[in-house]
Amino acid sequence: MGKKRFNVTVDRTICKACGICVAFCPMSVFTTDHDDKAVVSVPERCTGCRQCELLCPDFCITVVQVEEAADG
Amino acid sequence: MGEIHEKYLRMDKMPHIWCAGCGNGIIMGAFITAIDRLGYDKDEVAAVSGIGCSGRITGYMDFNTIHTTHGRALAFATGIKLAKPRLKVFVFMGDGDAVAIGGNHLIHACRRNLDMTAVIFNNHIYGMTGGQFSPTTFKNKNATTAPYGTTDPDFDIAQLCIGAGATYVARGTSYHARLLTDLIVKGAEHPGFSVIEVITHCPVNFGRRNNFESPAQMLLWQKEHGVAARKAKTMPLEDMEGKFTIGELYRSTEIPEYLEEYGRVIQAANEEKKS
Amino acid sequence: MAEAKLLSGNDACVQGALAAGVRFFAGYPITPSTEIANAFARELPRRGGIFMQMEDEIASMGAIIGASCTGTKAVTATSGPGFSLMQENIGYAAIAEIPCVIINVMRYGPSTGLPTSPSQGDFMQTRWGSHGDRPVIVIAPYTAREAYRETGRAVNLSETYRVPVIVLMDEILGHLRERVEFRDEDLVQEISRKGPEPGKPFLPYENTEDGVPPFADFGTGYRYHITGLIHDETGFPTNNPVEVDTIMRRVNGKLDMHIRDIERTRFVDADDAEILIVAFGSVARSAHEVVRTLRNEGKAVGMVRPVTVWPFPDEDIRTAVAGKKAVIVPEMNLGQMVREVERVVAGAVPVHALNRIDGLLVTPHEIRDLVEDLL
Repeated sequence: MGKKRFNVTVDRTICKACGICVAFCPMSVFTTDHDDKAVVSVPERCTGCRQCELLCPDFCITVVQVEEAADG
Repeated sequence: MGEIHEKYLRMDKMPHIWCAGCGNGIIMGAFITAIDRLGYDKDEVAAVSGIGCSGRITGYMDFNTIHTTHGRALAFATGIKLAKPRLKVFVFMGDGDAVAIGGNHLIHACRRNLDMTAVIFNNHIYGMTGGQFSPTTFKNKNATTAPYGTTDPDFDIAQLCIGAGATYVARGTSYHARLLTDLIVKGAEHPGFSVIEVITHCPVNFGRRNNFESPAQMLLWQKEHGVAARKAKTMPLEDMEGKFTIGELYRSTEIPEYLEEYGRVIQAANEEKKS
Repeated sequence: MAEAKLLSGNDACVQGALAAGVRFFAGYPITPSTEIANAFARELPRRGGIFMQMEDEIASMGAIIGASCTGTKAVTATSGPGFSLMQENIGYAAIAEIPCVIINVMRYGPSTGLPTSPSQGDFMQTRWGSHGDRPVIVIAPYTAREAYRETGRAVNLSETYRVPVIVLMDEILGHLRERVEFRDEDLVQEISRKGPEPGKPFLPYENTEDGVPPFADFGTGYRYHITGLIHDETGFPTNNPVEVDTIMRRVNGKLDMHIRDIERTRFVDADDAEILIVAFGSVARSAHEVVRTLRNEGKAVGMVRPVTVWPFPDEDIRTAVAGKKAVIVPEMNLGQMVREVERVVAGAVPVHALNRIDGLLVTPHEIRDLVEDLL
């Protein structure tokens, strides 16, 4: 069985650049752009803990598990 | 935004007015997750709020919502619950709302034990008016009305509510968002008056004046200072210095719920009428 | 109906409210209104209603607004200091357009005042007591019988126009007991607020033709927002000057659109009178006595008695005073309603204030003396 993979997205239009997701992601998936808004830089590291989703005060982040093909 | 947000929020009102990094959004997320878990019909939920940043929460959620006057949310909520008991009534207040201007209503709501759930956003400051100290601001903190540091002792909201007779009292934080959802679910299921104090953060009007560089740092403070109530019991007292307990702090099922008691009044009145 | 009862003014208010379908009371004890709370505490549970003793008058006002949000007809009762505490939430009910009735049994003020002598010192406060412009209907009965009927009418007007209605009693009227013979015209109807039209999109603060939007009770499937912030037709806060102007003019103007339904003015021998007394509440009892005795002596004196005191009955007063020799306005205060009379009369006829602030009722004797001086 392969490692679970997740699709992480940030809605840049409503992100207020608070930096919470960047600070609390245990796998450092996020970096910031020129406006200090969150960018998903290394999505493959995501383990699906959803800490970013829970702590984003503006509900900009969604973490969705990627369905993998049965044959891997 | 996820399915839960789309189901329970008034999406046309997004984004909300709260500042970057504000804890209020996190609490709102935890709350709607709790409602989803409780499985309540949106038509049967009444959300009542006071005035201040926290008071704006009712405008964003797709229930029967009412944004009342400063400090009086519990009074309005009491009328709603008594007049239509089948509604699930949730009351949102800030620290100024709940324990300053509305302190009288809070202790009496605790004493009566009417089946409602109060969620108190305790960010230790008056945020909307620009950073005046509140009854929960710790000593020696800076506020616009305490330019030389606060001198007033602070209230412990949860202990105050236990003392006043609330039958379910819990404390969560905006950092411990999963725990907060659990506590709200338990509070809602508890038949009686429930209080969930939420230690949260105001990055702009508290944080900046009190050496917090970012919202994340304030969340980190919550993480480091919130100690699970069960664990705190086993810790030496000096280790708890400056810290606070989180989780379920008190629960009693011995005190009857208010409307159950009122049912007896109606019965007695009708018996007198017959005789 | 012709049924006789011995009733105090306070008890009559309770009976009238119950007849109009009131099923919720929240209040805080204060003399001289306390008998109203006592009576509701006894009567409401028998009807499956709720009596709630709150922690203060602010909470009482909040609780009746909350109860009304669910469609339940709700009343509170208070006096002087408690009425002052209610002002913020009365303003809330006015702008959020939530029906509710406040019975204010006036006592002597300011502050704790002269417990608990009568007064009419709250006449202006009922109209202007909250911050900001807000509408209100104020009804001032003068007998126990009228207290019954007018409290019922207060509930119905509140439901019809989505506005707080104040029943303005005073200590004398609240505490006096008199034989009340109920006749058919005293029958109190039960009128409820209009709800949303099925199949039509619901706008909780719709700019309707009649100025009164439909009200959806909480828990009936209309999930909407109520706020004391100035809001648009959807009920959500707005800062848009055009929307702000629109709602403020509608809310503050809606009563004018229905003024004939709201106003109630009583005339006693007013047509051919040379001297006209304008009085309300218990002082109108003294004035009535003066008119009766002087008319027996063949003297041309009459009375105009606003029952609905706010909105002030401008037209009725203007018409009634035309051509009179003088107008007398006796009040248990330093001159409040007289300002309204002077405004309406606008110098056409001399207006004389007769004020008492020693905690006693203006007597027929005093009014009579002034009438005779002026005749």
